[in-house]
Amino acid sequence: MGLDNENPTLFIKIKDREITETDYDDNDVEEIDSREIFDLIKGITDPEHPLSLEELRVVDQSLIEVDDLNNIVKVLFTPTIPHCSMATLIGLSIKVRLLWCLPSRFKISVSITPGTHASEHAINKQLDDKERVAAALENTHLSTVLHNCIATA
Amino acid sequence: MERLKSLCPLKGHSGIVWNIAWHPKGQILASCGEDKTIRLWNYKDGDKSVLKCLLADGHQRTIRAISWSPCGQNLASASFDATIAIWDNKSGQFECNATLEGHENEVKSVAWSRSGSLLATCSRDKSVWVWEVWEDNEYECAAVLNAHSQDVKKVVWHPFDDILASASYDNNVKLYSEDPSDKEWTCIGTLSSHSSTVWSLAFDKTGNRIVTSSDDKTLKIWQKYLPGNAEGILVKDEKFVYKCVCTISGYHTRPIYDVSWCHLSDLIATACGDNSIRIFKEDELSDHNQPTFSCIVHMNNAHLQDINSIQWNPIIEGILASCSDDGLVKIWKVNSI
Repeated sequence: MGLDNENPTLFIKIKDREITETDYDDNDVEEIDSREIFDLIKGITDPEHPLSLEELRVVDQSLIEVDDLNNIVKVLFTPTIPHCSMATLIGLSIKVRLLWCLPSRFKISVSITPGTHASEHAINKQLDDKERVAAALENTHLSTVLHNCIATA
Repeated sequence: MERLKSLCPLKGHSGIVWNIAWHPKGQILASCGEDKTIRLWNYKDGDKSVLKCLLADGHQRTIRAISWSPCGQNLASASFDATIAIWDNKSGQFECNATLEGHENEVKSVAWSRSGSLLATCSRDKSVWVWEVWEDNEYECAAVLNAHSQDVKKVVWHPFDDILASASYDNNVKLYSEDPSDKEWTCIGTLSSHSSTVWSLAFDKTGNRIVTSSDDKTLKIWQKYLPGNAEGILVKDEKFVYKCVCTISGYHTRPIYDVSWCHLSDLIATACGDNSIRIFKEDELSDHNQPTFSCIVHMNNAHLQDINSIQWNPIIEGILASCSDDGLVKIWKVNSI
């Protein structure tokens, strides 16, 4: 079976977040921001290539919206090609990574950057259906694949 | 003005609690969830409700839904493991004495008909099954209904007729009944108006109205019309139609996972992904062809996470149960102030 996208474009990774003095201050409460979300998901491995979602620019900090006060995290991701059959799996890996890492108060939405996939509506609906996400995570095969993608994050 | 008072939260489940069901006598509440257990709680007013028993080892995966038979002797549970288990306490304690197989994947909902002689189940395999209930834990599949084009989320029976309703990821609700001439179950109507997944529905006490709740953040009220109705609603080739007469929008900010229509007080309660419980009441001068409803209770942060299910106590008026992703089951009392 051939690859969906045999020759993906590569992008340069961003620099690590600079550590400031307040990072060492336990009394300084910092809100969760888009950079923090980006750092959680940028290292997820693409299911098809040994490359990160950041290197393939599937995820980008500018497409992450966080409203810490209202417990909202919205992530848009961009499949490398408009017919990518892995799009649901990639979306699921981002969603699961955030579900596992963020405090449970957050309502996490992961969807395709508008106009970048042929079946974006159907995929978004599936990623938004908590019952189907819960059932998918109980599927042994799928959860192994997901764990492998997330292991590098 | 009404307000909700929380009685003591019922702790015990680990992980998501997906569904709750009041025993027909109103004294026991059953709950089920991700931890593959069913818990039966003895309801007592005040803060005294306690765990009565725990049913385990009936399923290999999440238990998505539970339903009591109308006689209160049997409890059916639907699981992501593609089976339905039937529990009874004939031996003095609850045991699983039958397992129904046939669905291709996750079973999402289960419901007993009013007479207790029929059981309905639905699944991600897009089908709705009707089972005939015989003596001695015998269940026979009477129909496999493939009217939906997607995952079926919920099945609910009419309060006294053998009419079944199902809600789906395909945005529609379907109605079914048995054709008396050839005993074949068929789809007899489609309720089409929601713009996303219909998660749940409930009949009012007369069976002449249905409320549906959806991922599109609205509730819809459907009114039954018979042939030759005074309103001039066209009823083609069918015995009746349900027509959408009201859309309640602007209240819920996230998907509405469940709705319960109280047969004692006529109040409608909703379980929402925004952690809130809301209660709606029909306005006094509401026209039944164009009814209007007002939100009389908005309980913000009723749970710490999504609320998955809500149900009015069938016997004790004003008592409500809810369950959530936060692992808790809660019992609420509606107080007028």
